[in-house]
Amino acid sequence: MADLWADYLFPFVIMLAQSVLLLVVLLVIVAYILYADRKIWAAVQIRRGPNVVGPWGLLQSFADLLKFVLKEPVIPAGSNKALFLLAPLVTVTLALAGWAVIPVADGWVIADINVGILFILAISSLGVYGIIIGGWASNSKYPFLSALRSAAQMVSYEVSIGFVIVTVLLCAGSLNLSEIVRAQETGLASAIGLPFLTFLNWYWLPLFPMFVIFFISALAETNRPPFDLAEAESELVAGFMVEYGSTPYMMFMLGEYVSIALMCSLTTILFMGGWLPPVDVAPFTWVPGIVWFLLKSLLVFFMFAMVKAMVPRYRYDQLMRLGWKVFLPLSLAMVFVVAAVLMATGWAP
Amino acid sequence: MVLQAVFFYLFAAIAVASAFMVIAARNPVHSVLFLILAFFNAAGLFILIGAEFLAMLLVVVYVGAVMVLFLFVVMMLDVDFVELRQGFLQYLPVGALVGIVLLVELLLGLGAWVISPDLAGTLPAPAPAAADVSNIRALGELIYTRYILFFQMAGLVLLVAMIGSIVLTLRHKPGVKRQNIATQVGRTREAAVEVRKVETGKGI
Repeated sequence: MADLWADYLFPFVIMLAQSVLLLVVLLVIVAYILYADRKIWAAVQIRRGPNVVGPWGLLQSFADLLKFVLKEPVIPAGSNKALFLLAPLVTVTLALAGWAVIPVADGWVIADINVGILFILAISSLGVYGIIIGGWASNSKYPFLSALRSAAQMVSYEVSIGFVIVTVLLCAGSLNLSEIVRAQETGLASAIGLPFLTFLNWYWLPLFPMFVIFFISALAETNRPPFDLAEAESELVAGFMVEYGSTPYMMFMLGEYVSIALMCSLTTILFMGGWLPPVDVAPFTWVPGIVWFLLKSLLVFFMFAMVKAMVPRYRYDQLMRLGWKVFLPLSLAMVFVVAAVLMATGWAP
Repeated sequence: MVLQAVFFYLFAAIAVASAFMVIAARNPVHSVLFLILAFFNAAGLFILIGAEFLAMLLVVVYVGAVMVLFLFVVMMLDVDFVELRQGFLQYLPVGALVGIVLLVELLLGLGAWVISPDLAGTLPAPAPAAADVSNIRALGELIYTRYILFFQMAGLVLLVAMIGSIVLTLRHKPGVKRQNIATQVGRTREAAVEVRKVETGKGI
């Protein structure tokens, strides 16, 4: 019995506690990035945004949560009921599952697996199922069109995300996310003799084109404007979410924002040095890694929000053209160039 | 070990059950979704034997891309499976034959390991022990050195298939207006806008 407790149950309890902690913190952060998203959007349009519930509207997200939960869920008569309810569950579960391998600080990760980055790629490529299943199960025209659109969109942009990740892996020499961050401790700054400027070490500088491609592909992968063709309200009303209301709708929204947060932190890990301080001198190194990680992720999210506020929506053929004719050749060429440079200079880890 | 056995039977049972449901489900979309579930459990089985890279590839490639397109096609075409089942008895002998051949091959292949367990060690290039190196390194060291020719040939076959499918399906209809981004961006004000003096009551 003692073995059973020590070998299985105790690690399980620890992992469960860590997961619950991460989940609670993550959901609170998601509630506030939702608020921040609306506030930034409002500020760009010289509006006030949510400002009624709580001081400066800070409790708006929680009020929305209550409102959605207390409403009556309506299931259309012609829908496929089981799949209709499965779709939001799939979305939110997959979005949360990706967080299992994200290292928020040195050693602060629930599952420190060898193939962490592939796990994220796999999970984020599955996110499309929530949309497809939801769109199909609604048995309605707009959701169905939206499902078809997003299926093509996701598949297209995953390809370039995959190649971007390959270039990062070539430089880092590992698929473990913590190792990728640690690989960014040394680099350009040490090479030019200014080792305290650690922000020059991170991959955003040497792999700058890939950083841009990854950021734009992340927008497309999470269905954010300007690539929100799956829910383009001016043509498809609300896309796959037309028939959804109350809690299922809220789960779609939650899943969407959790995966946006995931993509922001992935950008932070791959290109912006994760939990590493930007400058390696005294006041900056005192700040714990989690704070740097959070600040960098929020910076990426701020860029997400600004893009939403400023860039008009792409037309569908433009979206496809950008993915297949611009990003794919560019990222493929960069994989070749990066590999060649690493081999020629002997920098390969 | 007990835990591994429990998970093995769990994954295996769900995989077999969902594989059965793929052919038993009335609705083709349900069939595809059950196929996805079967793939997932196969990925779980891969992880149990320590092949985490293959498990992730299975999910990324099959579940994330191939099955999305499959689902796409099944939804678009609205396949009627009842109609497809009409010729079930007619195809039964051929199907059974294929099934039996596959089963015998599997039994022969796996049986050889059971009969002489040291046979696995005499394979042309023994895989490095899983504990020493990570999956990806082990695969890379074999694929990019010893099996580079086969790897490149497989890639070439895929390239040919890709080009072939593009050649077969790409059609340029005459008379269709296409957007040419380069000409669009290359337009200047001088070439595009012409200012004319229009006299009142005359028109152009």
